[in-house]
Amino acid sequence: MSTVATPAPAPRRRRRRTGLQRRQTRIGWLLLLPALAAVGFVAIYPLGKTVYESFTNQEFLQGLEPTKWVGLDNYRTLWHDTVFRDAAWLTIKFTLITVSFEFVLGLIIALVVNSNFKGRGPMRAVMLVPWAIPTVVAAKMWQWMLDDVFGVVNDLGMKLHILSHPYAWISDPATALGSVCAVDIWKTTPFVALLLLAGLQVIPRDLYEAASVDGASQLQQFWRITLPLLRPAIAVTLIFRTLDALRVFDVFSVFFGNRPDTQTMAIYAQSTIVGDGHVGYGAAISVAIFLIISVFVVIYMTFMRVTEE
Amino acid sequence: MKHRRLLVLAGVVGAIALVVSLSVAAASSNKPARVHKAAAIAAPKVPNAKAIKKKYGGQKITFVGDSVGDGHKRDLALAKRFSRDTGIKVSVVPHPAASDQSYAQLVRAFSQKSSSIDVAMIDVVWPGAFAPYLVNLKPKLGKQSKLHIKSIVQNDTIGGKLVAMPWFGDYGILYYRTDLLKKYNYKAPPKTWADLFKMARKIQTGEQKTNKNFYGFVFQGNAYEGLTCNTLEWIASAGGGTLIQGGKATIDNAKARTILDAMRVQIGKTTPRGVTSYQEDQTEHAFDDGNAAFARNWPYQYGIGATAGSKVKGKFNVTVLPHGATGKSVGTVGGWQLAVSKFSKHKPAAIEFVRYMTSPAVEKFDAITNSNVPTIVSVAKNKAVVKANPYLKPAIASVPRVTRPAKFLKTHYNEASKVIYQGINQILNGTPAKNVLPGMQSKLNQIIKQS
Amino acid sequence: MSTAAETTPAVARPVSRSRAFRRSPAGRVLAKVPFWILILAIFVYALFPFYWALRSAFMPATELFNTPIKYFPTDPTLANFREVLSSNFFQRALLNSTIVAGSVTLVSLAIGSLAAYALGRFRFHGRTFVLYLMLSMTIFPQIAILGALYTMISGFHIVWFINFPKLYDTPWALIFTYVIFTLPFTIWVLTSFMRGLPGDLEEAAYVDGATPLQVFYKVLLPLIAPGLVTTGLLAFIAAWNEYLYAVSFIQSPSHYTVPVAIVSFTAKGGNAFQVPWGQIMAATVVVTLPLIAATLVLQRRILAGLTAGAVKG
Repeated sequence: MSTVATPAPAPRRRRRRTGLQRRQTRIGWLLLLPALAAVGFVAIYPLGKTVYESFTNQEFLQGLEPTKWVGLDNYRTLWHDTVFRDAAWLTIKFTLITVSFEFVLGLIIALVVNSNFKGRGPMRAVMLVPWAIPTVVAAKMWQWMLDDVFGVVNDLGMKLHILSHPYAWISDPATALGSVCAVDIWKTTPFVALLLLAGLQVIPRDLYEAASVDGASQLQQFWRITLPLLRPAIAVTLIFRTLDALRVFDVFSVFFGNRPDTQTMAIYAQSTIVGDGHVGYGAAISVAIFLIISVFVVIYMTFMRVTEE
Repeated sequence: MKHRRLLVLAGVVGAIALVVSLSVAAASSNKPARVHKAAAIAAPKVPNAKAIKKKYGGQKITFVGDSVGDGHKRDLALAKRFSRDTGIKVSVVPHPAASDQSYAQLVRAFSQKSSSIDVAMIDVVWPGAFAPYLVNLKPKLGKQSKLHIKSIVQNDTIGGKLVAMPWFGDYGILYYRTDLLKKYNYKAPPKTWADLFKMARKIQTGEQKTNKNFYGFVFQGNAYEGLTCNTLEWIASAGGGTLIQGGKATIDNAKARTILDAMRVQIGKTTPRGVTSYQEDQTEHAFDDGNAAFARNWPYQYGIGATAGSKVKGKFNVTVLPHGATGKSVGTVGGWQLAVSKFSKHKPAAIEFVRYMTSPAVEKFDAITNSNVPTIVSVAKNKAVVKANPYLKPAIASVPRVTRPAKFLKTHYNEASKVIYQGINQILNGTPAKNVLPGMQSKLNQIIKQS
Repeated sequence: MSTAAETTPAVARPVSRSRAFRRSPAGRVLAKVPFWILILAIFVYALFPFYWALRSAFMPATELFNTPIKYFPTDPTLANFREVLSSNFFQRALLNSTIVAGSVTLVSLAIGSLAAYALGRFRFHGRTFVLYLMLSMTIFPQIAILGALYTMISGFHIVWFINFPKLYDTPWALIFTYVIFTLPFTIWVLTSFMRGLPGDLEEAAYVDGATPLQVFYKVLLPLIAPGLVTTGLLAFIAAWNEYLYAVSFIQSPSHYTVPVAIVSFTAKGGNAFQVPWGQIMAATVVVTLPLIAATLVLQRRILAGLTAGAVKG
């Protein structure tokens, strides 16, 4: 095997590999070109400008004063900003609650819809309804339904004897976070369910048939077949859901406006940039949001090892 | 399988057919009296039209006006008349419905030094912020401005320059149920806040026996600009000053603490617990559905309550807001102004348009066709106008107006207002005033120093 | 497999009692009951607010906020629907939204699937970096990049004579900016689908002399059909419902998209403070129904295409 014939085949093998490798690289980048062009064009300038602005004292309505470079001043102020710290903490709490509920509920719904039963088609359409309603409209509608005087949730709750008296779900600080989480879960579970359903549908059915014949129970099939094969879909779903939850804005804005105890990071950023007009400081906040979210992304990457084969 | 797909297809076709037939039915149906009032009364003619035509005819200006709806229709009718008479073409763009989006739109245009906006409709608290970007209207419109309410004109004068002309002027008033006052033997609406709370409590206790959703008093308690308006009324009418005076924040004083604490203990007792999330819309619904004895709101609510089909039609009236033990009744000024952009390429033509829109004839037109509160004193006294807007009765219309301290805060007004309404919202939600006001005052002073 | 099945019938395997119960007729029905309760729960959970919108759309404006609450309209009216559907304004908005959302979906799917093909089926350095680059685009809050985007679409000077076209107040501004948030997501989902397919799938096609692009649309695309439909649907809905950029980049009412139009509804003879709930609910119903119908049609499609030609190497 080793002594005589090896020198000849080796160089031939290496050349073939690099030829194929170069071809793969070339085609790969070519196929990526439209996407990179779109990204670069649309994203690099805005992102770069935001990062640059975070080092200046730019204001929205400057008047006639020029913008100055202030280095890390904005970041120093941000470090001591308790409002931002509270907002970040609230946002993270919100994210943990909603993403876990949405994942479990979404998985259940996806499993149900994926199984063979008569109402499957309409069910798939119905589950999309909450996601299809525009967020601003849905938030206003829920605000109305949760009202303590003419809200239907309190009314139904009292009629069904679940509630003893009407609750001011939105105004009361104790139930405020819960109410906004409930609405967000209602609205975005379809997104999770749809993605997981798509992942479920590519799992070949004969795997389950084989397992049934071998005597595996439903639960065993779930743990051994479904979950592992669903891992990439789960990873993508969790990452994007977490990203969106950490940037949540619309529901909080409609329910609470600028109420001090219920500001999320995105609301704080918006009110700083548009309301107060501090573009530079707002840009620093946005960069901070970016960094916080990146931490979550890194956590996901290490645990799910998504980019491996 | 095949049949099911067909069924689904049939369903989709059916849905589309339904939509199409509804729209056809709508288009061809007899639309009852949907002709807007503005068409019934003609827009007033432009005074001095010929001279204007000679100088500026043919120029094109853009007016960012009222949002889509009747306000936009009124703007279109007036712009059409103006264009016809003077030959200056006015293109009307409605501003976004949401107030903060409207603010952001103007900010973006001004910071880009864009010439795309010539005349803009600005909120009463924005002149301070936009002053560097607006034309001084005093030389040309100074004389006409003398016809308007003085406090609003003062509000629009920054550093000696008249940067905007008053156009509509809202102010806070008290709505009350005349039938309930009679039922519980009250001869007149309350004059002080203490009276209001007492009457509200008595009426609420009585009415809740038959209507569990009834509450004594509703107002705007959400953490937004409307709360700043309410707060100003409470504190100023209790003798606690107008939040910022003489360049310093004065919000933390004994009288302010008293009135705010008095308001705080009412939440959930004579007001719904959810009132700290109410804006104008919810206040109006609560009162007009017969679920409130007293309401604080802008004059617009009057027209809604008085339409046929309203539960409170004929059963309510308006008066000035109560005052504290010491102090006078006041109303916070709301409303809109018209301003000309410094970057406009047709400033004189734009100024002529503003002159037309803020003239007595047009304000009368606005008041009658759109129930807009006029800012010209003589128009507010006109019989036809008062008939269409009963809240303009002299007793109410002459209430002292207080303006929010936007002038001193200039571009930082939004930030300062946020400090105020966030703090007051905290107080209303249960924190005693003495724990919140000192912090608010020092933050406000910091912001003033930056202005 | 077949041999095992042939030999087992003769041997009676001991079956557990729970299994026997589950196989009996009674057991089979009872086992289905929790399942159907679950279905019902999901139905109610997803649909109740929509039912509420439907009920409110049929009620006259004066009755909407009445207490006690009516669960069923006692004198239903078509007035809200008439107002919404007959207004030119809303019809234009529907058209604008359809154009914008449709274009964004097509562009994202086209560019995204090509990129997913590259990232999922080819080996070269920098794949991971590109994926992360895509992800980083979606991490900034919308408001942060709003200002810069506004500057771009207002027509700005890049270098020498190259100017960015002025897209402000046209649907192109929205199509252009919505691609930012639909593209990364599309690429990530489709890449994971591409990676999930067996590694030697293209070999047969290459042996037959197919080019990479032919392999792409003849072999791979049909197999990731569920991914395409899913991301297409989600991208469409996301672009359809977007509000912040739509209200910042469009100013003429004739170019409004649906969310901006709905927010701009004003009550008849009404004031800026009044929210015309009846009309808003009617508009919501009108807007949601076609989406549901489209989903019904699409979902059946992909199921049919999926199990056929499945992965048997």
